[in-house]
Formats: sequence, C-alpha cells, structure tokens
Amino acid sequence: MTEAVGARLGARYAVPSGWQVATLVERRAESPSAETLVLDVPGWPGHQAGQHLDLRLTAPDGYTAERSYSLASAPPRSDSTLSSTLLADSSLPASSLPGSALPNTALSSATPSGSGRVEVTVQRVRDGEVSPYLVDDFPPGSAIEVRGPIGGWFVWDPAIDAGTPVFLLAGGSGLVPVMSMARARREAGDRTPFRLIYSVRTPEDRLYTDELDALTARSDGFEARTIFTRAVSLTALRGPRRLTSSELASWGWPPELEPRVYVCGPTGFVEAVSRMLVAQGHDPARIRTERFGPASG
Amino acid sequence: MTSATTPAPGGPDPVGLDHGLGATLTPGFRGRARPEGVALPPGQYAEEGFPVLSAGPTPNVDTSTWSFAVINEAGATKSWTWAELMALPQDEPTVDIHCVTRWSKFATRWRGVSLDVLLADVESTADFAMVGSYGGYTTNLPVADLLGGKAWIAHTFDGAPLHPEHGGPARLLVPHLYFWKSAKWVRSLTLMPMDRPGFWEKLGYHDLGDPWREQRYQGD
Repeated sequence: MTEAVGARLGARYAVPSGWQVATLVERRAESPSAETLVLDVPGWPGHQAGQHLDLRLTAPDGYTAERSYSLASAPPRSDSTLSSTLLADSSLPASSLPGSALPNTALSSATPSGSGRVEVTVQRVRDGEVSPYLVDDFPPGSAIEVRGPIGGWFVWDPAIDAGTPVFLLAGGSGLVPVMSMARARREAGDRTPFRLIYSVRTPEDRLYTDELDALTARSDGFEARTIFTRAVSLTALRGPRRLTSSELASWGWPPELEPRVYVCGPTGFVEAVSRMLVAQGHDPARIRTERFGPASG
Repeated sequence: MTSATTPAPGGPDPVGLDHGLGATLTPGFRGRARPEGVALPPGQYAEEGFPVLSAGPTPNVDTSTWSFAVINEAGATKSWTWAELMALPQDEPTVDIHCVTRWSKFATRWRGVSLDVLLADVESTADFAMVGSYGGYTTNLPVADLLGGKAWIAHTFDGAPLHPEHGGPARLLVPHLYFWKSAKWVRSLTLMPMDRPGFWEKLGYHDLGDPWREQRYQGD
C-alpha cells in the first residue's frame, strides 16, 4: 500500500467502533443553565463541524445511559486536502492519528487547543436524566466513555463546502453545532458568506455571546443576529417574539442565491422556520435540519 | 483498549485504572429509576413523548394525489391510491418503537396495512428493498424484515390521522428495527437483488439496525 492513499471513500463517514474513555479536563459556564465540557479524547480522529459525540454514563450498579451531544469545538486543524479523507477515517492505524510521532505535518499540527481535545456544550433539561448531572455534578478529572464523531448530514466542511453562501438558523441550544461551523470557518481562514439567526428565550440564556460578537466584528463575511422570544432588555428595540417571516426574508439570503441552509433547534422551531423557508422559495433539498425532541436530556 | 489507561505524562492518572466495568466512570451518576415491566434494548431509555427527527423540512403530501408503488427487480410497478389503501384489510398493531437517538416508546397504537397484504402478489426473488419517501428520503431493509406480520404502511397513530411531522399521511412502520427504517412520508418500495445503502446508511448508519443487537452504526 502506498502512503496516504489507504483511505476508502466509504470510510469518510465510518464511525469509530467501540467506546473509549475520555477525561473531563475543564468546564466553562456558558449561561446559568449550560456548560461547555472540554474532553480529552486520546487519538481523536478529527471531525467535521456539525457532527456529534455519543456519551455513555455509568451508575454504580452498572446501569448505563447514552446520549448524543453536538460537538461545539472547531475540527482539529489539518491540511485542507487531507481533511476530507482523514477526518473520521477509522481505518487508519492508531499510529497515524494526531498526537503520534508520525512525520506528517498536517496531522501533527493537531488542534489549536491541544491534541485530542473536543468540546460539547450541554444545556440542562428540566427533569432530564443525563444533562443535570453533566451540567451540575460531573467533576473535572473524571472519566466518561465516548464514541464518535458521528453524523455526516448536518455538517459543513470548509475543504468541501466553501464558496456557497450559508444561512444558519439556530434555536436555543441548537446553536451548538452551528457554532462549530462558524468556528471551523474562522479556524480555516475561510471567507464563505455566513448569516446566522439565533433565536433564544432571554438574554441570559444566550450562549457564546462574546465570541459571536467577535466573529461579527471581524467583518469578514460573518453576520449574526440574535432575537429573544420570551424577554428582552429594557433598551431593546425589538419586543420578545418568535422569528417572523419578514425577518427571515430580510436577514437571510434570497433563495435565488441558492444558499445552503442549516436549521437546528427544538422541533417547533425547526418546523416553523423550515416551513417559512420553503414558502419563500428555498429548495427543500438545500435545507438540512437537526431537531431535538421535547425529552432529549 | 485505549491509551487512557496510561497515566498522562506529568499528570496523575485520571480517576482510576479500572475502566473495565465502570466503577470509576462518571462518579456520582445514578440515572433514573430503572423502568420495570418493560424490555428496554441496550443503550435506550423510555420516553413518554413522541420526539420528531427528520433530515429536512416536512413535506406537504396530499392524500388526493398520494400513491404507494412497489417496483420489482424487473421494473414492474404495482401501485395503490389512498382510497385503494384504505379499502384493504387494516391491522391495528400496538408495538414498542426504538429510535437510534436512544429513546424508546412503549405500546404505541397504530392502524395500517400489513406489507404481507401489499407484497402478496408481487413477483420477486429479491432479498432487499429500498424504501423511498416524498421529500427524497430513502432507507434499505431486507425483505425478510418486511414480511411475516412485522411491517405496515401506517396512517393512523393513537386513533388520529398520522401528523405530517411524524410521517403523515402514511409512513412505513417496522418496529423491530431502529425507527429510521420506518420511513416517513412513504411513497415507494423498490425490490433489489443486492443490498444498497439508503440515506442514513450511506452516512454511516447500520444496514439492518436491530436495536436488540445495538446495530446503530456500520460495523456494529
């Protein structure tokens, strides 16, 4: 076998088999009800923005609970020509994964934040089985089983998708996979036009507020608007209400531009927004959705 | 299994060494009361609601133009209009359903037509089928998993017409496999001599998807 051409196309979407142990190295509060968990995953093969991670929690009696969480962090940096084949290629031997002493410059650059580190942002779901533990109790330094990256549909990869305008619509913690896309764009130095509408209940529920402001302030083609559905600050010009069709039309890309559209959030948000998009002339085939039900948690 | 059992250079071993059966994993996690009297496949939890998961917008499908077609490996097509589907013998299965995103819902009540009825007179020796939907979704299944009282074209849920978000006017119902196999907005079934992957299967999900063997992803 010759070097670097060992990957099958089908392996691009393969899910690394089996569970492995990761360590919580850091946690950050994003809002009163959401925390970002920084996990060290030895031999992390990389991911595409928008993919998710399965977590498995184990109780003292051996009972386990599994949940999927969107990856919030940007994919590890790698050479653009390699990223599409190396990311998520579970057929690669462990010795060629990031962090090993392989003479591969693209891989050894690893992630900006350290090899094998990935982030998920967990929103506490009231009466949830898993999210209250992860947000409130899961202590730094402890171990958790992970599997991933998973998913190949709700993804944006600058090496593959650059150039086509992107319209992102996020409801609540649906911002997480979308933020991974915005971070991937920034890390790649990509200038694909992005427009984001972020719908969230109240100002205090916002995630990544400063980072979104900083992304917008770069003036490199990334625009973000945040709307509040339940409460606003006293000085707000827009009252608390759901996204309207005219706001969607004026803040997004026109259908004639044929943007790629990503909609992520609770089912009600995704249904309402995608219905408006289709009514405004967006081709349903260019609208990718990801929903979380009332009881994911 | 992984290098996690090797202490990190310059740092203490995270938590402990025995990752075999989880005594040191997720300390303090207890989980919910274990459900009693129900059989939960591995990695699943019991759900009271009915979450919605779809890869794109919900298509508008009108029963006045709806049809369901079966295409055999020779290309012969047999199809049913909505009225013809309704005129067929109806089943009322009450079944447990299991979504790959880990929720399971018990004793769901449906009404629909068994695929035994729809496929009875179809000439075919094919072992696989590709099910297609309004909106473009596809999923592949073995024919053996569609016959023998295991699969339906369902149009009624809990006594009411199936809501579009859940696949109405009609969806495939194959409750013994993960629920992405139960294609929403079903419109066709194409018989295939060789297995080919459908929408999620091309993206890494399992060709069969048996929840009891936890076949979530290719290779499981």
